[in-house]
This record gives sequence, structure tokens and C-alpha cells, in this order.
Amino acid sequence: MTANKIRGPVIHVQGLEKSYKELQVLRGVDFDVARGSIFALLGSNGAGKTTVVKILSTLLKADAGTASVHGFDVATHPAEVRESISLTGQFAAVDEILSGRENLVLVARLRHLKDPDKIADHLLARFSLTGAGARKVSTYSGGMRRRLDIAMSLIGDPPVIFLDEPTTGLDPQARIEVWQAVKELATNGTTVLLTTQYLDEAEQLADRIAILHEGRILVHGTLAELKQLLPPAQVEYVEKQPTLEDVFLTLVGANSKDATSARTSKEHR
Amino acid sequence: MTKHFFGDTTVLLGRSLRHITRSMDTIITTTIMPIAFLLLFVYVFGGAIKTGTSYVNYLLPGILLITVASGIAYTAFRLFLDMKSGIFERFQSMPIARSSVLWAHVLTSLVANLISLVVVVLVALLMGFHSGAGVAAWLAVAGILILFTLALTWLAVIPGLTAKTPDGASAFSYPLIFLPFISSAFVPTDTMPGPVRVFAENQPVTSIVNAIRDLFTQQPVGTDIWIALGWCVGLLVVAYVFAMNTYRRKIA
Repeated sequence: MTANKIRGPVIHVQGLEKSYKELQVLRGVDFDVARGSIFALLGSNGAGKTTVVKILSTLLKADAGTASVHGFDVATHPAEVRESISLTGQFAAVDEILSGRENLVLVARLRHLKDPDKIADHLLARFSLTGAGARKVSTYSGGMRRRLDIAMSLIGDPPVIFLDEPTTGLDPQARIEVWQAVKELATNGTTVLLTTQYLDEAEQLADRIAILHEGRILVHGTLAELKQLLPPAQVEYVEKQPTLEDVFLTLVGANSKDATSARTSKEHR
Repeated sequence: MTKHFFGDTTVLLGRSLRHITRSMDTIITTTIMPIAFLLLFVYVFGGAIKTGTSYVNYLLPGILLITVASGIAYTAFRLFLDMKSGIFERFQSMPIARSSVLWAHVLTSLVANLISLVVVVLVALLMGFHSGAGVAAWLAVAGILILFTLALTWLAVIPGLTAKTPDGASAFSYPLIFLPFISSAFVPTDTMPGPVRVFAENQPVTSIVNAIRDLFTQQPVGTDIWIALGWCVGLLVVAYVFAMNTYRRKIA
């Protein structure tokens, strides 16, 4: 990996296409992720977010286009890509029958690291799971499972971490715990690509946001840049910037009643 | 990638063996049906079946095959759970020898089935089973059963990888459990009507059962053992090729 200490994007995706039989899920996806940043792939269910993550983590092959992670092409150098990444899938991929500690030791052994026990104890402490470390994971709450799941992804300090919908199905308290963990990752220099359908999650966490809709990236930029895409507020009495929610719903064409009524009530035009 | 194959397989084998030791109920569940058949046929039907030998001695080889057929349903089920829970994808996205994930399941299946087989043999011994077979004959029986377990385990890998529901993952084992009924496992084949008899005498269970029975009773094994080994190895190779193909398609 030493040969790949290149500057420039740590994840580079160009013209990615993928179909499942008749269904075309990705129709040419392009984006770059800068080293050490948090990048959010925002989209509704079925937009193709998980497919992008699976291709980048070498679980799926793209039909067309190229993708590289940490300087390695995912199609031609999958083994090197797997050395450089960790994947936290959509559902907490933890072993329910093992204890939290055993889960961490298992991953440390599979990553061929020295002293798995020390690594496990350290991560249990970091994610406030020391007390629960010896308990079977089947007794954990949703938030604890997700924290363990993320802790497992950190073993071996991979430079790139994929988090696929890390807070789907979690209660608000657990979401905040996960957000805290993700923010800490980025401050330590890890590059994080996360997918989410929650707009506030992207707004809270991400340095840059890409909106994936019907297999294409509609827009791509910082939160401030995305906000500038809509005309600034021109309300007579109260000035109000469009929220990211407005940007998203306008771009993807909201058709739910809730969203429409929410927009009219804000009267920003 | 392959440089870590044995190390990774060992680590993952340790993981699934822990699953087995922490849920011994799965071993008990897989042995309940074969033991129930053993009790039912020895103490209820057996008196009316003329085999020319003590019925429990006659019956045990077939019951051992049923034990394996019922045990591999759990192999498929465990694999299915790993697929569904996402932990399979986690392993596949890690820098490990990819096939070790599958091999760990296969070896776990072998260990779990051997434990079940020992339990069933112990019950048979309590019921009066006896064999004058020496160490070599017992080892030969163990060898046949290990081959048979491996063959059925690789077969079980296919539904384990492809099933959509837990029932779908284990349903394939039902016909395998009932195959011994149309064989020499429970009754001698000579009283069966023509076509049934032709099927019974030419399906794999009969030759395997006859070979094990001959080994237990210290009879010359004749050609049965070669037919039995042929079936086991043939099935093993075919199931392995199909399972590996399925696996490669699943992991891209």
C-alpha cells in the first residue's frame, strides 16, 4: 500500500452502471471522495445506494464504468481494496451467539493482527461497551449492536470505511451515539462514505453530499453549495434559507402529500 | 489470498463450533428423529420383520444415514443465517481467503454430524446393538459415514446459499431423510414389488447400508462397498462443483 500514497481523491467513481436483470439500478454514477472527509450518498429507498457500496467493497461487479478505492481498482485489484476498507452493512452484521468481545477478537484474528485481545478491550472501552463485553450480542440493544458493528469495522485501522445506512431502524438516542462515533472517525483521518435516506443525518455529518436518484448523481457538493442551487429566500416578512430538505425534494420531485404541504407552508417563493 | 487459507478457516471454524457448543439443542434436535425411528422400528414394528438377525443390528446402518440427512438441514440453516444476517458480506469484504468462509461451515457440519452419530450409536448400544467388528471395520464405517456426510454437506451448501426463507433452506433434506425407507435399510428388498425393488436395489442408500451392515457383522463386503464409495465420491464431486459455482456467482 505504500506505493499508493497518492494525493487526490481516495475514492474515485466514474460512469458506474449496474443492472439486475431488466432493472437498471445505476445509470452512470460519478463522484470523488477526498481523503479524510465524510461523504454522504443521499437517496430514497431503491435509489441504488447499497449497490454503489457493494461495488466499492468488492461484493458486486459493475457492468460498466470504473471505481477505485485507496488507489486500487475494485475490479482488477479486489484483494488490495479489501485490505484498505471496512464495510458496515445495512443491518448490523454481528454474530449474535458470540459475546461482543468475541466478535471483536474474531475480526482482529481474521485481519491477522497481533494481540487481538488487547485490540478488543481497547475498542470495547472506546465504544462504552466494556460492561457488556462478555454478554451475548443477542442481549444487546439496537444502538449497542450498531456501536459494536462500527467498532468491528475499525479493527486494523482501514483508511476507508463504508457505512451503509448506519442509523436505519435506530431510536433517536442510538442515532446520536452512532453520529458521535462517525464524527470521531473523521477527526482521526479516516475517510467515511456513508449512505443515508435521512436528510438531517447528511446535514449533521457530511462534508460533502451527493444526491443519488434513479441511478444517477443529481447534485454533488457541500451543504452550502447545495443550498445555493435554489433561489435564496425572498419572503417579505421573514427571510428563510432553503433547507437541505427543500433542495432534496425539489430535485427528486416530491410527490408525497406531507412533503408538498410542508413546502407550501414554508412559502419561500 | 490463499496464504491465509488455513489460518482463516481455523478462526472461522472456531466461531461456528462455538455456535454448536452454545446451542447443543440443535444436536439434540437432529438426533431426536433418528432415535425415534430406532425405538419405533425396534420395539413396535421390528418383531414382525424377519431379517434373520437381531433387528437393532439390522436397522442401525440405515438410521445412521437418516441421522446425517437430518443433520445437514442445520448446515444449510446455519449458512442461510450467515447470508441473511450480513455477517457473510462482512467476511467477504475483509482481506481473508474467501473460500475459507465456506470451508468453515463444511467442517463444522462434519463435526456436528459426527457428534450426532456418536449419540445415536450410544443409544443403539443401550438398546442391545452389538458388533464383533474390529478397529479396522469400525474405521471403515467411520470413513464411509464421513464421506457420506461431506457429500450431503456440499449438497446442503447450495440451498444454504440460495434459499429465500429458513424453511426453504432446510426443506431439501426431507426427501433425503425418506430415501432410506425405499431401500434395504428397514426391510430386506426381496419382498418389494418389481419396480420398487429395482429402485430400492439401485439407489445409493442400499449399497451404503449393505456395506456398513457387512462391516458390522464381519461379513465379506463384496462389491457393495465399491458401489457405496462410488456413490459417495460421485455425489461429493458433483455437489462440490455445483456448490462452488453457486458460491462464485453469489460473491461476484
